[in-house]
Amino acid sequence: MGLPPEWLCSSGFLGVSTMHDLLLLGGSVLGVDGVIRADVAIADGLVVAVGTDLGDARRTIDCTDMWVGPGLVDLHTHLREPGQEWKEDVASGSAAAAAGGFTALVAMPNTDPPVDGGHLARFVTDRGREVGLVDIASAGCITLGRKGETMAHLDDLWMAGVRVFTDDGDSVEDAALLRSAMEYIAALGGVVSQHAVDPSLSRAGFMHEGSVSSRLGMYGIPRQADDITIARDLALAELTGVRYHVQHLSTAGGVELVRKAKASGLRVTAEVSPHHLAFDDSAVATTDSNFKVMPPIRSAKDREALIAGLVDGAIDAVATDHAPHAALEKEVPFEYAPNGILGLEWAASIAIGSAGLDQRAFFDRMSIAPASIAGFDDHGQLVEVGAPANVTVVDPTADWVPDSTRSKSRNAPYLGMTLTGRVIATILRGTVTHTVDKERATESI
Amino acid sequence: MKHFLTTEGLDRETMEDLLNEADGFAEVLTRPIPKVPALRGKTVATMFFEPSTRTRMSFDKAAKALSADTVSFSPGVSALSKGESLKDTVLTIRAMGVDLMIVRHKATGVAWRLAEWLDIPIVNGGDGAHQHPTQALLDCQTIRQRFGTLDGLHIAIVGDIKHSRVARSNVFAMTTLGADVTLVGPPTLLPVDVESWPVKTSADLDAVIPTVDVAYLLRVQTERGGASVFPSFAEYAQRYGLDGARMSRLKPEAVILHPGPMNRGVEISHDVADSPRALILEQVSNGVATRMAVLFRLLGGEHDA
Repeated sequence: MGLPPEWLCSSGFLGVSTMHDLLLLGGSVLGVDGVIRADVAIADGLVVAVGTDLGDARRTIDCTDMWVGPGLVDLHTHLREPGQEWKEDVASGSAAAAAGGFTALVAMPNTDPPVDGGHLARFVTDRGREVGLVDIASAGCITLGRKGETMAHLDDLWMAGVRVFTDDGDSVEDAALLRSAMEYIAALGGVVSQHAVDPSLSRAGFMHEGSVSSRLGMYGIPRQADDITIARDLALAELTGVRYHVQHLSTAGGVELVRKAKASGLRVTAEVSPHHLAFDDSAVATTDSNFKVMPPIRSAKDREALIAGLVDGAIDAVATDHAPHAALEKEVPFEYAPNGILGLEWAASIAIGSAGLDQRAFFDRMSIAPASIAGFDDHGQLVEVGAPANVTVVDPTADWVPDSTRSKSRNAPYLGMTLTGRVIATILRGTVTHTVDKERATESI
Repeated sequence: MKHFLTTEGLDRETMEDLLNEADGFAEVLTRPIPKVPALRGKTVATMFFEPSTRTRMSFDKAAKALSADTVSFSPGVSALSKGESLKDTVLTIRAMGVDLMIVRHKATGVAWRLAEWLDIPIVNGGDGAHQHPTQALLDCQTIRQRFGTLDGLHIAIVGDIKHSRVARSNVFAMTTLGADVTLVGPPTLLPVDVESWPVKTSADLDAVIPTVDVAYLLRVQTERGGASVFPSFAEYAQRYGLDGARMSRLKPEAVILHPGPMNRGVEISHDVADSPRALILEQVSNGVATRMAVLFRLLGGEHDA
């Protein structure tokens, strides 16, 4: 073993046929010319060929009837490290991300301590690199300590690589402070990503205000809690020229606000979480705390509007809002449970099975658009020769029942449900970080 | 019936069986020795995580009148104050050899959680503003004793509907038993989306008063917080309180119910509370008999009353 085998293969030095690292055989491949049926050869972390009869590889994955496209990118993951490692950490969250088809994610900064300075952002990204299963960018807080009082160390965060700024978990309530932060972040080139829920309308509530909350006698959170915050922020985004991103849209009104703002030329983007696509508030009727989330799971009418907005492009991205909480924290009455639902491992299934995205829309909303919003240059690229080999393979018709998770937590209503659409393989820079089915992925020399 | 958790979805036959059974137990309670051996050897636990006088004592009396043993739990003096979780608390008490639990908690859905966690019958003694189903049974029992039936009666439930588990329980129990129910109160105290409930609504008590057979008054729940919901108690009493003048405009046979505890001078005036048309103490008496019926139904299958 004198020379590294990768070197031998990619150069074609020894043989007549090229020995690649990995061959994806016979999938529907999303490239610049649209979807074509082809094999994909990967070597040295790059896509080196797309076509047929591409030679041999050390490993092949049968992708017949599968979608092959750019690796998924999540704009909204709670990794809980540092400070809440009993819920999740970078290692377990990365494993869940890889299993869900993700090759990159943005870690939310509401950790303990919150990521309001560059050293904390570097800690998170360094941990991600050590684990090596998914590329992790840390978001940074907008305000110091997420307290909503003064600006966080925005420049320091920017220098540490932060591109997405958010106080996620809380809305930045003070309009004057938000305006200043928007002006500052606009100059840096970052994006302001808002947890758009008005505190005074949501503070007392536990779930969507509607017929279900009415019968349960539970305080509700009206749609207007989201809508008035989005409307106010859009006015401030127009004033400051900042790129503005709405997190976890939950209301029909919010979709319309974003749609109109885009039509008027504002630089606004929006995401929707899988649980808002998969469920409506009838799911909360048993007060199962695994359905408790902020903003709350809303009515069937809102869910329809979210799906329509995702399909027609008013909503740019599916973002998981993967929010782990330990069983002991969720095993309490609904009103006392923390907000959050796991999402990384099933988001792709929901985007296909619940929202009905086709292949092009699926990879746009789950890879290309979120990579662009978060500034991941090596992700969200179409499967073409020379592109980084960040690739996800999805079986769009598979029915499956998830019964386990890589997360440290289990607050996932999806466990035990029949889902349609399944991630079969995840490839990060040519390395297979996840395969689901040993029969499909065969090793060869 | 494995548990008794809510009146929503409870069918008329089950409810009438329970009321008939309660009539029998009401007779037992008039005997010189007001006790039957139906649940001898069984242990019933009252788990009240929220303060209560009448409901807890009523369940305790009902269990003892059936010859069950009772144990009780109080959060103030329990390991809860040492940080023990709700689940561990109820599993611990179950493990002592308890055959049925009655639970009250300020959070909605706690009785459902206990029904999931434990392998014994659970009775909901009140969860948040959601349900208090034995209160509805005793109210229906009281009305049935007076009128013979609830069919065709017009019942106004007046006041703080939004925060009331009594109202939610009664709306479904009373309408299932054939009554027409009108909810009366300021818009801030009516539930959201009340249009989806099987009721009429009104903000005008004076217009409703002459048409009702039963005026059911609710306590204004000052302790349940939230936003400001009416300008002052005086203004509330003026528009929605039942005083002597309003009482005089009731139909001659109409009666007044209140689940207690009363805020005299707010939703009910002193003279109305003490008038013979107010069946408030009959409600309390019926509470014991109806709770006996529920406990017997859940635990006494193999015994004979």
